[in-house]
Amino acid sequence: MITKQISIFIENRHGRLAEVTDIIAKNGINIRALSVADTTSFGILRLIVDDPERLEGILRENRITASITSVLTVCIGDKPGALVDLLRKLEDIQIEYMYTYISADGGDACIILRVDRDEEAVHRLTAAGFRGPDKI
Amino acid sequence: MNFFQRDIETMPRKELEALQLARLRHLVDYVDRNVPFYHKRLAEAGVTADKIKTLSDIQYIPYTTKADIRDTYPFGLFAVDRKKIVRIHASSGTTGKPTVVGYTKQDLDTWSECVARLTMAAGASEDDIVQICFGYGLFTGALGLHYGLEKIGATVVPSSSGNTEKQIMLMKDFGTTALVSTPSYAYYISEVARDIGVDPRTLNVRLGLFGSEGCTPEMRQKIEEAWNLFATDNYGMSELMGPGVSGECRERCGMHFAEDHFLPEIINPETGEVLPRGEQGELVVTTLTKEGIPLLRYRTKDITRIHYDTCACGRTHARMDKPTGRSDDMLKIKGVNVFPSQIESVLIAIPQVGANYQIVLGTKNYMDTFEINIEVTDAALLDHYGELEKLQKLVHHKLQTVLGLDAKINLVQPRSLERFQGKARRVVDNRVK
Ligand SMILES: [Zn+2]
Repeated sequence: MITKQISIFIENRHGRLAEVTDIIAKNGINIRALSVADTTSFGILRLIVDDPERLEGILRENRITASITSVLTVCIGDKPGALVDLLRKLEDIQIEYMYTYISADGGDACIILRVDRDEEAVHRLTAAGFRGPDKI
Repeated sequence: MNFFQRDIETMPRKELEALQLARLRHLVDYVDRNVPFYHKRLAEAGVTADKIKTLSDIQYIPYTTKADIRDTYPFGLFAVDRKKIVRIHASSGTTGKPTVVGYTKQDLDTWSECVARLTMAAGASEDDIVQICFGYGLFTGALGLHYGLEKIGATVVPSSSGNTEKQIMLMKDFGTTALVSTPSYAYYISEVARDIGVDPRTLNVRLGLFGSEGCTPEMRQKIEEAWNLFATDNYGMSELMGPGVSGECRERCGMHFAEDHFLPEIINPETGEVLPRGEQGELVVTTLTKEGIPLLRYRTKDITRIHYDTCACGRTHARMDKPTGRSDDMLKIKGVNVFPSQIESVLIAIPQVGANYQIVLGTKNYMDTFEINIEVTDAALLDHYGELEKLQKLVHHKLQTVLGLDAKINLVQPRSLERFQGKARRVVDNRVK
């Protein structure tokens, strides 16, 4: 249920996002999920990839500021209301999340969450019947 | 305490000033006879050598400016036959022709002697392996330090600037103990070292001999922490000789002039009047012993202050503060006078800001625009989006409170700012003049 996520600083300059994704593609790294948050002047690109450690090294060589953090990936299936169930559960167990985004890789929809106490969250969500994807 | 020439460096001031006076009188006579430009200038001012009775009589001699050297390009101010000149250096002009200087054999000896003094005062010795990361060539920095360091018996590695990864390899393999470079290049090397997995603190480099651009105390501290070294500054300019005009001792309470060769004064840059001792103003220097291109009262444009009390190190030669800026560099932004160094002091005090920033000035609707580009180097900022915005606001707020200036803060990719391996280009002024 815990996955490594890469966060990348993206300067708001024409073509910058393309430059970064091009570096990733050229190195044969697969993007499983992606979110971009931006303002008018800069953005943060968050990625789930198949080889985060290798990507971090490649980014460092290319002088791109990036950090690795742990995030939760939880399957929410295809049924209506599943996301609401998950968020309610987090509220119940008093786990705060900072951001979420969706990965629909391979059919089973997953939600990616950055939470404050991942170990505890995994433990309690598993107990409540939630599960992570088989592979990411 | 290490001295290269203890007798001269600790000479009682009375004796030193008597020596300066004798040399000044000789110099006035020398340029009067050998440089047509000065012959004319001195005649117009009614000054002859025998009219110089005390050191303060120097005030009757007209100033020499960079424009005077340029106007007589290339060899117009040389005082000796070209055959006696054994070396030429030049500083790049931002516009038009460079400023050309020539050295006799004697000048080169004096030069290496002055540099030998300052490097020993900074703590260098024959035990050191010194890597010179200044670009060799017409620029005086590299060769100036080179011959001075050889003179004290240090092992000199003339690695020049550029090819930073190779520089780091040499440092590691040779066990380099001292580094000669600009402060910004020293910091840049430490960043590259980290990128390639070398902790600069584990290298042997224990002494920095920095020069050729200004360095704020905050920047110095960052460099010292990055390298675990003792940083010293030295000062000079090619018109006067090159490095060796003044340099810091281990006390680091100002840079000691080589006062038997250079006579410093402080003037009001606007009115040209000589200021009383201890006041801040533009540094003016007379080269007392140069043969090739001696200069009377050369206006350096550097803003500083001079201290005349004897230093704790025992040296009696006067000390100058690090220049706070150049009278040329002072920026007038939205009507406020600021030196780029003041902006740097604000930025470096903010831990998440890289030492690398750029000031960009422009014009919009007939008004000045003031923007600062800051490299985001701290990956920890990426966890919460709000952290980046908080940083932007913090920088804006600090500049507002300290300098009273409203800046637009841009966060940019690390190493995306224009960077020279010599001097960092901190200010880009695109304003419509
Ligand atoms: Zn001293």
